[in-house]
Amino acid sequence: MSKYYVNKFLFTTDRDPEYLKRYTEDPRNFVATWEQSIGPRLNDAEMSTVNFFTPEERAALINHDYVALFEMGAHFFLNLTIFIGIYDEPYMEKSGPLAFQKEFAAKLQHWKGKEYPSVAT
Amino acid sequence: MAQLVATLASTHHPFYLRATTMPPEQQMPQAPEWKRKIEAYRETLERTKPDILVMIGSDHFHQIFLDNCPQFLIGKAPRYDATFYNEEREFGIPKYVLDGDEDMSGFMHQHLMDQDFDFAFSNELKIDHSIICPIITVRPDADLPVVPIYTNIFAPPLPSPRRFYNLGRAIRKAIDAYPSDKRVAAIGTGHLSLELGGPRQFMETGPDPEFDRQAIEWLRNGDIDAILANVDHESMAKSGNATHGFLNFILMLGVAGPEGADYVDNLDLFHTMEAYFTWYPKEAAA
Repeated sequence: MSKYYVNKFLFTTDRDPEYLKRYTEDPRNFVATWEQSIGPRLNDAEMSTVNFFTPEERAALINHDYVALFEMGAHFFLNLTIFIGIYDEPYMEKSGPLAFQKEFAAKLQHWKGKEYPSVAT
Repeated sequence: MAQLVATLASTHHPFYLRATTMPPEQQMPQAPEWKRKIEAYRETLERTKPDILVMIGSDHFHQIFLDNCPQFLIGKAPRYDATFYNEEREFGIPKYVLDGDEDMSGFMHQHLMDQDFDFAFSNELKIDHSIICPIITVRPDADLPVVPIYTNIFAPPLPSPRRFYNLGRAIRKAIDAYPSDKRVAAIGTGHLSLELGGPRQFMETGPDPEFDRQAIEWLRNGDIDAILANVDHESMAKSGNATHGFLNFILMLGVAGPEGADYVDNLDLFHTMEAYFTWYPKEAAA
């Protein structure tokens, strides 16, 4: 498990309009590209060799599966912000303000009253 | 010595600007009341005629990330860019450039180190909405130099509530000791109960209205003993997964000292309780 690396995916993708567009339109290919050439970057010259996704993490990212990411302990702020970036506008056009945010909450109702998965890394 | 002229502690709601500037027919029903309350709150700063703002906030994974994550950090730069692409996208917050005050940042950094708060520092800090939201609400002309201070309310393990309070006390001492005739206001923002990315997000109220009511009373009365007796990381998580932003209110009470607030207001908005507090140092108010 690499909670850190999942968070790094969410962090680097959400903050870059071009990456976010690619992750929105073709998540499977973008996740593959990210693992190959974006995730390992430490800076313009240095690459890291130590981080990898598990198959479950990779699948959750490819499927935009924020419920699975929550349950793996991805950071709540990163996990919310990136999917608002992808889904807020289309949901708003169809169902009004906060429609996506409310659906996100509804899909996590089974966690209400329980201790949430830790986001500590 | 510098004079602390006001301590402000408030929630920061990134949608305030968008909510109150969109065409009136599209605004939420509470927008006019929200705007009135913010303008009244702004006046509590304006009347003190500050020269410098010490701004306490918390980066939301904009510049700071998990590869290098300080508990407490002070900016030491002549200028600060502000507002990241994803904040413009999500909240409609514009970009700013704020002047810094390297001399005061340097003094405060050393003074805090001498008080055993081993701060990280940044000479190239781009600040996020935790500091820009209060600029928008209480100093919209963005015309004063700032000393930015970031706390970690986000990436566990977090410092304890007592540590946040003691840091506030130390910041107060550093401001009081700064050899300058400048008038300083300390402005910090955080949250009451708040849920983000969890099952209790975006409800009609905040996730724990009872905590919100209690927290406002504690701050109104300056009751740090009650806060420290009742609030810990576990209790905050029970009140909502992002409730740890309340730690910045505890810090600001440390800056003000354990005294009743001079100005208290609040507004029950969808999914959060907004709250606004100002303390005036008693010697200055007399």
